[in-house]
Amino acid sequence: MNIGWYLAVSAIIFCIGAGGVLVRRNPLVILLCLELMLNAANLALVAFSRMWGNEDGQVFALIVMVVAAAEVTVGLGLVVAIYRRRLPIDVDELNELQG
Amino acid sequence: MSAVLFFIAAIGAITGAFGVVMLRNPFYSVLALAFHLVSLAALFLLLRAEFVAAAQVIVYAGAVMVLYVFVVAYVGGGEQVTTRGALRVLGPLFALALAIELCIAMLGAGLKGVNSKGAAYAPGFGTPGSIGKLFLTKFLFPFEAASILLLVAAVGAVVLARRRRGLEPDEQLEERVEVPRPAWTGTMAEAGGIRLPIHDDQPAPGGVPVATTAEDGPDHEGGW
Repeated sequence: MNIGWYLAVSAIIFCIGAGGVLVRRNPLVILLCLELMLNAANLALVAFSRMWGNEDGQVFALIVMVVAAAEVTVGLGLVVAIYRRRLPIDVDELNELQG
Repeated sequence: MSAVLFFIAAIGAITGAFGVVMLRNPFYSVLALAFHLVSLAALFLLLRAEFVAAAQVIVYAGAVMVLYVFVVAYVGGGEQVTTRGALRVLGPLFALALAIELCIAMLGAGLKGVNSKGAAYAPGFGTPGSIGKLFLTKFLFPFEAASILLLVAAVGAVVLARRRRGLEPDEQLEERVEVPRPAWTGTMAEAGGIRLPIHDDQPAPGGVPVATTAEDGPDHEGGW
């Protein structure tokens, strides 16, 4: 398959993720949609790596996976802390930084 | 053959992505994301990125998804599906506009490589050995920075999610401190020779006012 097909799939997945971030209200699902966007970027990086025959893009993709894991850890920690304080798990309600 | 595999994996990945956004229950969203990640690993394999595909399945679809499933099981699903108001209409419109714009940008880029099958395959491309060699030579600094980032994230998650004093509402804390003891369990009054009655209808010996009885003792437990 041509590289352009992979890039098109990557663009579609990225846009689904972006729409999900805008539409959904549960912070857990918003984190999942962020994962979708990061994975679309990963697919584009790996496709370009294949296009040039250079492995640097794959190294980038692995670093992106590390960053995504760190982001998920902190985000889920925040969700658990919100749940402990009996606050509503809803990003439309959680619009203040003060305790 | 590779075209058939590509279309199966691509349709799987896009379906999984739609499932993440559309499904009501966050638990099912997590499962849809796991399906999406496995399909994406198949796409990585078609692009001859073996090590990235293996890391995707093991790290993402394995470890990160387990973390998600545990948190969803702990927190529970929310009922509200989408936002209210204008964003509900504008969000999908924005996503559609972004998709059209990205497709125009890529089709009109004029890159010759986009319409080819990529560079000639060299033996050893994308194997763990070559990726590891790159990580330890050319990309040593990003490698170390990533390890520090993971350490900081682990410490931050523990600090954020630990049980803190003063975090709970006050009445819950009082419940925890002032759990009435059931009778005959070694209270100070019993040690002094005063026996609290077991039943309400029995008179308290010695005229001690009855504070607690055996029946309503265990009802106040469970404030955790």
